Amino acid sequence: MVLSRHPVPAALFMIVSLVGVAALFVLLEAFFLAILQVLVYAGAVMVLFLFIIMLLDVGPQGGKAFRVKLLSMASGVFLVGMLVVVLVQLSEVPDSTGSASALFWPELAEEATANGSNLTFSPSAQSFGFGLLAKYMLPLQVSGFLLLAAMVGVIILSKKFSSSDPEEG
Amino acid sequence: METVTPQHFLILASLLFAVGFLGVVIRRNILLVLMSLELMLNGINVALVAFSRSGANMDGSLFVFFIMTVAAAEVSLGLALLVAFYKKRKSVFSEGMSLLGN
Repeated sequence: MVLSRHPVPAALFMIVSLVGVAALFVLLEAFFLAILQVLVYAGAVMVLFLFIIMLLDVGPQGGKAFRVKLLSMASGVFLVGMLVVVLVQLSEVPDSTGSASALFWPELAEEATANGSNLTFSPSAQSFGFGLLAKYMLPLQVSGFLLLAAMVGVIILSKKFSSSDPEEG
Repeated sequence: METVTPQHFLILASLLFAVGFLGVVIRRNILLVLMSLELMLNGINVALVAFSRSGANMDGSLFVFFIMTVAAAEVSLGLALLVAFYKKRKSVFSEGMSLLGN
């Protein structure tokens, strides 16, 4: 996706990867998040992107990538390689359960449910609603306010710059 | 037959994050930079859901919800800013954004 120079194929590859992430959420039994991912990301956000791409009519011209210097390229590859090596070594730790549908840290889960401070994972949307409205009430309100602020900001931005004289706005 | 463990999900999440970061760094088109930012956030979402599933804790999945909200707000504002920038400069490339530099 980041290698395709034209924005429209990049957006289509992006949709493919977003739907792939939604499939991963299904594999992780987070069905509500998978539906949300398809609706919000692959639906709304990418339609917005494609709309802006086609509105501005941006082509591949001038979209050349920055020249990456050899040293920074090598350091980036080294960093990503170290991350992957650490993760691979982590994955070689013998796993007692070894199945994706089982609990991987059962002692952690038992401790979390024992003291009752944490919500246990469940794939249903009902538990999502309970967690959002009971434990995360304030962040939910803050995110709603954030969406409102974003909406007002977008309206103000598009109003101000669409007037003929930018000084009067 | 090797089974899928959370580490595989974490490797994939870090790869998604790395690809998104590469896009943010090397692309000049601001639209593609915004899309790469979305890819980075998706990598974080995959890692959060994997941890939430494996730790049997709901908090990670709830945080994914908030990250999605913030990403949607960020994309709408970023695209509005980009349209305003395009109306001023007739370009969507970040080398045109050097007004403060000179």
